[in-house]
Amino acid sequence: MNTVITERHTTPDLETDDHRTVGDYTLAEPRFTCRHVNVFYGDKQALFDINLDIGQREVIALIGPSGCGKSTFLRCLNRMNDIIEGCRVEGDIRLDDQDIYAKEMDPVLLRARVGMVFQKPNPFPKSIYDNVAYGPRIHGLAANRTELDEIVETSLKRAGLWKEVKDRLDHPATGLSGGQQQRLCIARTIAVNPEVVLMDEPCSALDPIATATIEQLIDELRSRYTIVIVTHSMQQAARVSQRTAYFHMGRLIEVGETTEIFTNPRHPLTEDYITGRFG
Amino acid sequence: MQPHTLFWMLLGLAAYGYYLGRKRALTVSGGEIRRLHSLPDYYGYYVALWCALPALAILSLWLLLDDKIILRWVLAELPPAYRNLPPDRLSLTVNVIANLLAGERQANTVDPALAEAAEHYRHLKQLGYHALTVLVFACATAALTWAHRRISPTLRARNRVETVVRIALVASSVLAILTTIGIVLSVLFEALRFFEMVSPLEFFFGLHWSPQIAIRADQVGASGSFGFIPLLTGTLLITAIAMAVAAPLGLLSAIYLSEFAKRRTRAIVKPILEVLAGVPTVVYGFFAALVVAPWLRDLGARLGLSISSESALAAGLVMGIMIIPFVSSLTDDALTAVPRSLREGAYGLGATQAETITGVLLPAALPGIVSGLLLAVSRAIGETMIVVMAAGMAAKLTLNPLESVTTITVQIVALLVGDQEFDSPKTLAAFALGLTLFVVTLALNLVALHVIRKYREQYE
Ligand SMILES: Nc1ncnc2c1ncn2[C@@H]1O[C@H](COP(=O)(O)OP(=O)(O)O)[C@@H](O)[C@H]1O
Ligand SMILES: [Mg+2]
Repeated sequence: MNTVITERHTTPDLETDDHRTVGDYTLAEPRFTCRHVNVFYGDKQALFDINLDIGQREVIALIGPSGCGKSTFLRCLNRMNDIIEGCRVEGDIRLDDQDIYAKEMDPVLLRARVGMVFQKPNPFPKSIYDNVAYGPRIHGLAANRTELDEIVETSLKRAGLWKEVKDRLDHPATGLSGGQQQRLCIARTIAVNPEVVLMDEPCSALDPIATATIEQLIDELRSRYTIVIVTHSMQQAARVSQRTAYFHMGRLIEVGETTEIFTNPRHPLTEDYITGRFG
Repeated sequence: MQPHTLFWMLLGLAAYGYYLGRKRALTVSGGEIRRLHSLPDYYGYYVALWCALPALAILSLWLLLDDKIILRWVLAELPPAYRNLPPDRLSLTVNVIANLLAGERQANTVDPALAEAAEHYRHLKQLGYHALTVLVFACATAALTWAHRRISPTLRARNRVETVVRIALVASSVLAILTTIGIVLSVLFEALRFFEMVSPLEFFFGLHWSPQIAIRADQVGASGSFGFIPLLTGTLLITAIAMAVAAPLGLLSAIYLSEFAKRRTRAIVKPILEVLAGVPTVVYGFFAALVVAPWLRDLGARLGLSISSESALAAGLVMGIMIIPFVSSLTDDALTAVPRSLREGAYGLGATQAETITGVLLPAALPGIVSGLLLAVSRAIGETMIVVMAAGMAAKLTLNPLESVTTITVQIVALLVGDQEFDSPKTLAAFALGLTLFVVTLALNLVALHVIRKYREQYE
């Protein structure tokens, strides 16, 4: 007990200390298992020895100060780092026990299984319908127009956008409001029927009302998909996630049940971050 | 003093005015610049402008008018025998005087009265310069002194100077617009004169172009025929061939550059590609005439085709190479300008690189691509040199790329080289062709603008 208290008042030096993640990062039935993940941009190391399991049908929030590597970690999970020149990923990342960086894994197919929603809504300059239909079309998910219509409709319904746009599916998607655009991007992502949805600060460009809608949506999507969400809002992490992982300077500092992390953080860095923001 | 010396002296005086104004501003501020309404420089400009502008106005007005006024005086004092001549004879007399003044004729070869008039003219002109010098300097110094006196910390010098600058800016753009309008109007009026002689019906629908006008009315073929259709088909044919080369090559190289090439490769390849647009067209012309055309002819001979040594194909191919950069450069810019987030969105859905390019990037870049293509088309339509050298001058009505054809621009040149009467239909036809060309390219540009506006808002 005594040691814990002294620990809380000395901020450990991450450059020299051999850091071990606080909390249990393993799960009994993981969807993703990440072990010893290091990521480099050129010579610069952005992630250091990350170990983390991500469960089935859970929402896990990645939090931490900006530049700590949350997005980088997220982008490892669907190999989006591949398209960045000079980015190198080391370690072992498995999806359903399949090495996603193995030679025989096609990143194109991986990304169909692991969808992604970005910080800024990025609908294609096409109609609302064509945005949602884009993924199913390139992956050949629909045999004919009726099936495609169905996919578009269910995806929009699941994203909670159907009522608002059903009469103007042929309108340009860029004419929607920011919140609607982001829900459209979510619909576009789930239209390819992914197992996992990665979200990189999906609400940071939205107003509070649109944010509330998206958070509610995330809660509903949890029953079908595993969701990994990066957020800079701790209230949001607390509201939508079951587990939370705290990153700091490229290290995974602490991971655990969200309620646990927010009420009883064990690592001093986690506590500083959480109390700093709340207090 | 000669006007140009006067001009430089005036500028010198204005510079001195700047110095004085700035100095006085510093004096009246009592060393505290913050007390001044404007920065000291503006007070300098204020004085300099007051010094220079009114005086310059007098100077230019004088130079514009003095010849006319002096001439009138001189003519009024000629002996009545000259004064009462009809206008066209009078202008001959004026010519003689002008020649005397220019030293192209000796005084002893003409009527002494005219020689005297010339002398008188010279004298008046010289006198005028003296008066002008006095006037300009008086005006400049007076204005300088006045402006200099007015300087006080509350004088809004910056606003005054900015007003002058703004007027100058507006005047420049008005001048540019007026010039354009002037060109269009002059072409239009000459074209209208042409259509008085040749009916528009014949011009726009005639199938035969041979603008040879006989010198004497009784010669064979006294009236040429001005059917513009063969020129139009020739122009369209060559443009089509050129675009058939430039559009695919330009698009594909732009895609390679923006999506596949490493940054280093791109930095080297792009400028090289752009050099293509900078090669003088006459060089392309002889390349087409001396290399491509013979090569095509030999190739044709081996395949059993007869390709004339001047062919639309040769000109079109080379022109296509020339306009590749218009397509590739604008397409490349448009593709690079597509936000990164759209690319990531597509990749994040599991699109391959090819699917991302065809399904997302090209549609998003469409406005830029279309404007590049249209720019290339109008460049091709306006190109003259390559066609003259490689496609010939024969106005044949054909769509066969293996024959020689001619284009609108080439015929304009052909109509205007050599000695021309300025009111023969042959010369005026050039204006009609020019007007048509202008309308066509203008229409293309308008379409391009429209396309760009329509699609620009589609992504941020
Ligand atoms: N494309 C890139 N090239 C080079 N360095 C990068 C790149 N993207 C991110 N980084 C670096 O990696 C670190 C982690 O970045 P990131 O994962 O974006 O942080 P976060 O999302 O937590 O704000 C930062 O130091 C950042 O500068
Ligand atoms: Mg980030």
